[in-house]
Amino acid sequence: MNDSIKKEKERWKNKMVDSAVKRYPERKELFTTVSGKPIKDLYTPADIPEIDYLKKLSFPGMYPFTRGIKATMYRGRLWTMRQFSGFATAEESNRRYRLLLERGQTGLSVAFDLPTLMGYDSDHLLAIGEVGKCGVAVDSLQDMETLFDGIPLGKVTTSMTINAPAAILLAMYIAVAEKQGVKPDHIGGTVQNDILKEYIAQKEWIFPPLPSMRIITDMFAYCSKEIPRWNTISISGYHIREAGATAVQELAFTLANGIAYVQAGIDAGLEVDEFAPRLSFFFNSHNDLFEEVAKFRAARRIWAKVMKERFKAKKERSWWLRFHTQTAGCSLTAQQIENNIVRVTIQALAGILGGTQSLHTNSKDEALAVPAEEAATTALRTQQILAYESGVANTIDPLGGSYFVEKLTDEMEEEAWGYINKIDEMGGMIAAIERGFPQKEIMEAAYRYQQAIEKKEKIIVGVNKFLMEEEEQPPFLMIDSEVERAKQIKKLQALRSKRNNSKVKECLKRLRLAARGKENLMPFILESVKVYTFLGEIVDVLREEFGEYQEPSVF
Amino acid sequence: MSPSKGKIRVLIAKPGLDGHDRGAKIIARAFRDAGMEVIYTGLRQTPEQIVTAAIQEDVDVIGISILSGAHLYIFPRIIELLKEKGATDMLVIGGGIIPEIDIPKLKQMGVAEIFTPGTLTSNAIEFVKEKLQGK
Repeated sequence: MNDSIKKEKERWKNKMVDSAVKRYPERKELFTTVSGKPIKDLYTPADIPEIDYLKKLSFPGMYPFTRGIKATMYRGRLWTMRQFSGFATAEESNRRYRLLLERGQTGLSVAFDLPTLMGYDSDHLLAIGEVGKCGVAVDSLQDMETLFDGIPLGKVTTSMTINAPAAILLAMYIAVAEKQGVKPDHIGGTVQNDILKEYIAQKEWIFPPLPSMRIITDMFAYCSKEIPRWNTISISGYHIREAGATAVQELAFTLANGIAYVQAGIDAGLEVDEFAPRLSFFFNSHNDLFEEVAKFRAARRIWAKVMKERFKAKKERSWWLRFHTQTAGCSLTAQQIENNIVRVTIQALAGILGGTQSLHTNSKDEALAVPAEEAATTALRTQQILAYESGVANTIDPLGGSYFVEKLTDEMEEEAWGYINKIDEMGGMIAAIERGFPQKEIMEAAYRYQQAIEKKEKIIVGVNKFLMEEEEQPPFLMIDSEVERAKQIKKLQALRSKRNNSKVKECLKRLRLAARGKENLMPFILESVKVYTFLGEIVDVLREEFGEYQEPSVF
Repeated sequence: MSPSKGKIRVLIAKPGLDGHDRGAKIIARAFRDAGMEVIYTGLRQTPEQIVTAAIQEDVDVIGISILSGAHLYIFPRIIELLKEKGATDMLVIGGGIIPEIDIPKLKQMGVAEIFTPGTLTSNAIEFVKEKLQGK
């Protein structure tokens, strides 16, 4: 069949396309995706000659899960609508969470401020100007209690974007749940906990790679026993893409990081099927619809193969690539911000067509500030319209079988394997990071993309084409960090005089000894947070024992 | 070295705790490709470290990239330190997630220009070259 199609295609090209192009040349010499990947004019069955349906695609819920990890996908249950949110103090963020839940959001996602992400309390010198700015400030269990006040942690699942100090925030969450009367094995959620992508892209690290990996494998071991419904890590391509990576680089570096974590777990003596089912992923969704869908489908297929063949996992759940999607913040423009709603819709659609398990849609104002309430609501409504009005959730993997999408999926898989093999040859991801390999690849891609925009090879509406004079921007959510900092410092001081400081000291001493030895750190962190030890105090002990990471910075 | 005699010298700085360095690195490279001498500070520099580096390197321009929202603390501190050290002739520019409403405030403090997301690097290059022409 393919031969006759190829022949006929040749005839079509000679007879019809060539004469059409002679009269009206194509708009560009080369058509490419957002990532710069060349795209042909037409895809036919001849492009996917070796497609073996059962082997490459199979059925939803069946290996290699190209069409989705669940047998019924969105017909059974829609994706979780999980809007990332957090700002100012725990009181204010708690109000926003309650509002979002009231408006139909189905899961929480906490954004912490930079001092929290970096393990500094609000009264630290480096926290000046940053407290409560791009997330909520959490210094102690007390803030966490306020943050989840009135939110039933046995019913709602929570994702926390926290990496270097993830163990501490997770311990606080467990403690808050206990206070609500919810047992640890009844809570569900995710900590991002992905330090490798911090070294590569997001750059919110504290400790060097080895102790960081130890904390992570300690969490794998602890959580698989104590909080079995918790996702211990969210292996994230999101930030890698935001830093300028192509879709293939995002895919490859994320999965290579995943491989490094699984290997670390095994090296720490864990059974792969004990912890692998709780690994989750987090991808970016950019403007190029088909490229994104192909990326998500390729990701599932690669990961299933990695887990089954490379790591010999036996449980099906270990083979699943479950992922959260966030629309691409870097694609939003500060110009004509209403246009961002349209971009977000396309990107969200790609996530859904790609079979995401949960989704965050960005707000139109995020190129300028933290989302205002009205903008955050529209972002949530965008998901609801896609879910309930568009019909895209009626059937599973609706783009499966498209000549173009299948070809693109195959190509992205192949290119990603190329990177993964290269990183293996370097000795794995940590060695590759130390060499600056992924960092340089991303930087090159980011610069190429910027040049393509400047040369107008890539058009961004409102930025390099269709510009217009704009009226003044609507009011944004303005946070006065000095006000927030003063509030936090007041709370810190009150707590310091109220808590049992000798207990705090004892706990920190035990933690220090554990850090020097080989014991699992989680129980020591948990007992520390329960007596209201500050986040910064715990991180200071670990910083003293483990040291700090220093980046070789190049441009 | 003044720009009329040689290359324009630029310090690209990332203050605060924010680690988003895509913009900083892109602008650093674009300035370099446009023939300027560029020094990049790396992440998490305090205003004191930035001003010290700027003076040591004898730069004509300080470009500050900040996406965390701490700009209303960081910029005035840098300008204040430059004044203290008598280095007010340095051109201070900035880029990042900065709401329009804050831009006049920053300009009043002495920041020459703020470039928000979507700015073409060529615009920033032109701006710097134009500003330094008369020097």
